[in-house]
Amino acid sequence: MDLDKAGENVEEDYVLEVDQLKTIFRTEDGDIPAVSGVSFSLKAGETLGIVGESGSGKSVTSLSIMGLIPKPQGRLSGSIRYKGKEIINLSEGEMREIRGNEISMIFQEPMTSLNPVFTIGNQMVEAVLLHMELSKKEAEQRAIEMLRQVGIPRAEEIMKEYPHQLSGGMRQRVMIAMAMSCNPSILIADEPTTALDVTIQAQILDLMRNLKKDFNTSILLITHDLGVVAEMCDRVIVMYAGKIVEESDVRTLFKNPNHPYTKGLIKSTPRLTSEKQRLYSIPGNVPSFKEMPKGCKFVPRCEYAKDICYKNEPELVYVGEDHKSSCWLNIEQAPSIEEDAS
Amino acid sequence: MTEAILKVEKLKKYYPIYGGVLHKTIGYVKAVDGVSFEVNQGETLALVGESGCGKSTTGRSILRLIEPTEGRIIFEGEDLVSLNDEQMRKRRRDLQIIFQDPFASLNPRHTVQRILEEPLIVHGIGDKNERKRKVVELLETVGLNKEQIKRYPHQFSGGQRQRIGIARALSVNPKLIVADEPVSALDVSIQSQVLNLMEDLQEKFGLTYIFISHDLSVVRHIASRVGVMYLGSLVELADKTELYDQPLHPYTQALLSAVPVPDPDFKRERIILSGDVPSPSNPPAGCKFHTRCRYKMDVCTKEVPDLVDVGNGHYIACHLHR
Repeated sequence: MDLDKAGENVEEDYVLEVDQLKTIFRTEDGDIPAVSGVSFSLKAGETLGIVGESGSGKSVTSLSIMGLIPKPQGRLSGSIRYKGKEIINLSEGEMREIRGNEISMIFQEPMTSLNPVFTIGNQMVEAVLLHMELSKKEAEQRAIEMLRQVGIPRAEEIMKEYPHQLSGGMRQRVMIAMAMSCNPSILIADEPTTALDVTIQAQILDLMRNLKKDFNTSILLITHDLGVVAEMCDRVIVMYAGKIVEESDVRTLFKNPNHPYTKGLIKSTPRLTSEKQRLYSIPGNVPSFKEMPKGCKFVPRCEYAKDICYKNEPELVYVGEDHKSSCWLNIEQAPSIEEDAS
Repeated sequence: MTEAILKVEKLKKYYPIYGGVLHKTIGYVKAVDGVSFEVNQGETLALVGESGCGKSTTGRSILRLIEPTEGRIIFEGEDLVSLNDEQMRKRRRDLQIIFQDPFASLNPRHTVQRILEEPLIVHGIGDKNERKRKVVELLETVGLNKEQIKRYPHQFSGGQRQRIGIARALSVNPKLIVADEPVSALDVSIQSQVLNLMEDLQEKFGLTYIFISHDLSVVRHIASRVGVMYLGSLVELADKTELYDQPLHPYTQALLSAVPVPDPDFKRERIILSGDVPSPSNPPAGCKFHTRCRYKMDVCTKEVPDLVDVGNGHYIACHLHR
């Protein structure tokens, strides 16, 4: 439904534009390009998914946007614009103005993001006071209101409790309440439900959907779970080895994937709805950054690889309306690989 | 297919809670609370459920890696609980386990060769040359290269490490393998490789699996029968197709409806359970699920429902079905 709305929206107002983002970590073994040239944009009120496996660079992308890459080991280049304003390489003080107020983030394991020695109330009020000009009392009211909003029963009592007294699902609700407490325009959720059981995951995803509707927040959802993507996202970016390999709206991605990696990923996902006996599997492993292939990064695992794929890296090009893919099969006149789409 | 290789009868595992000034037992965490099921020769029985439902404790109790508090574990007609340590150690040749995190279960200071050779030495299988041959053969069976024999676990990727874990379990030619979340730590593209490998090995060696997982999509793919656990009890047990197409227990229904499906056009009624799983140290009286059940009746708060066969080997513990 949201999809149609996004399509009709003529004046594309982007809240976030990432252009040629490169994040390189300096290590003893040499430079590691965790993200190498990623560009995408996020519209207001849209949920954009970033999917990929371990080491694809999806989390580093989100941390780069938040300005949470440790320096000087990590170096950023390119451009990250929030509502038109350049925010890459801002000073810590300037970034603090944006974090929480404008862009908030929730993480996979809420226990590591909450301070175990302070009460929930304490931590919530601190965040509110830091970003909004409210009195202590008003901040407390705001915190309780937010806890209620995310479906926490007995909000007043929870304010006095410590993180360890809450269950995993409750902690993630607290994190969401905290992230949403200053009405950010963008919520970055990095694997927000990966550590949770499925019935709790369903609760949290439901909550995120409702919050997005109520506050018109844009969500950048980072996940490895294609099921979560299908349920939550309007558009999807697929990352592999630090690069975007495909970008499209969610229906196209599942119904008509273009990149061999995306196809393999979808085919190798076991489904609740089918009993097909043998699963497809992508051969091999994600290459380590030290032994990255020269041409297309996916080439050692690709069943359609041609000579050109070993030599040069393909660019991300349009293969349909709002549908981009970086594969030589699209660029060169190559044998069709469509028969595999089913 | 119909012959039961393993029968678990009224298995219980209670962990005492100590408290007070005198450090007395003030209660029990009922991790597994009277679970009974059979596993047939050559099948894959999956145990599914959320954190704390007792699925892993059940799996480990079968190998007596955790000592059960009560109950019988009858493997090929012999009650494993009655064996002493030495007898049990010998019996473990037939029962092996694969863990979730292969990194935590492989000794980082041993080479692959040593890791795979150790079970053979423990069980006195073959001489030095035979063992070496066997290790190479095992590596090839699980799809690893024999050139990698001198490497250490950290030199392998997650998927490869899980292959080593599988090779180690296979080394003593077991009859039954308990696989405790074997693919949960792996990426999707690697997960399918390991699942396919497990299926191939089952066919090749006639293995029986107990597959413990929280991932219902993976279970639908690999299992023959599925048991659903909630707070230490088995609430439903049925053939895979029957369980997924006709789930009867309200918990199973909610669980299945909560799994995200990778298809944006897939529509269904989603049952969102309110609240969290109650603590296993103080489970609700009667049916343990009644606090979150949308069909709760009076009887549910008082009487514990038995696991009964409602036809076709479909077992369910619910007052709605009796």
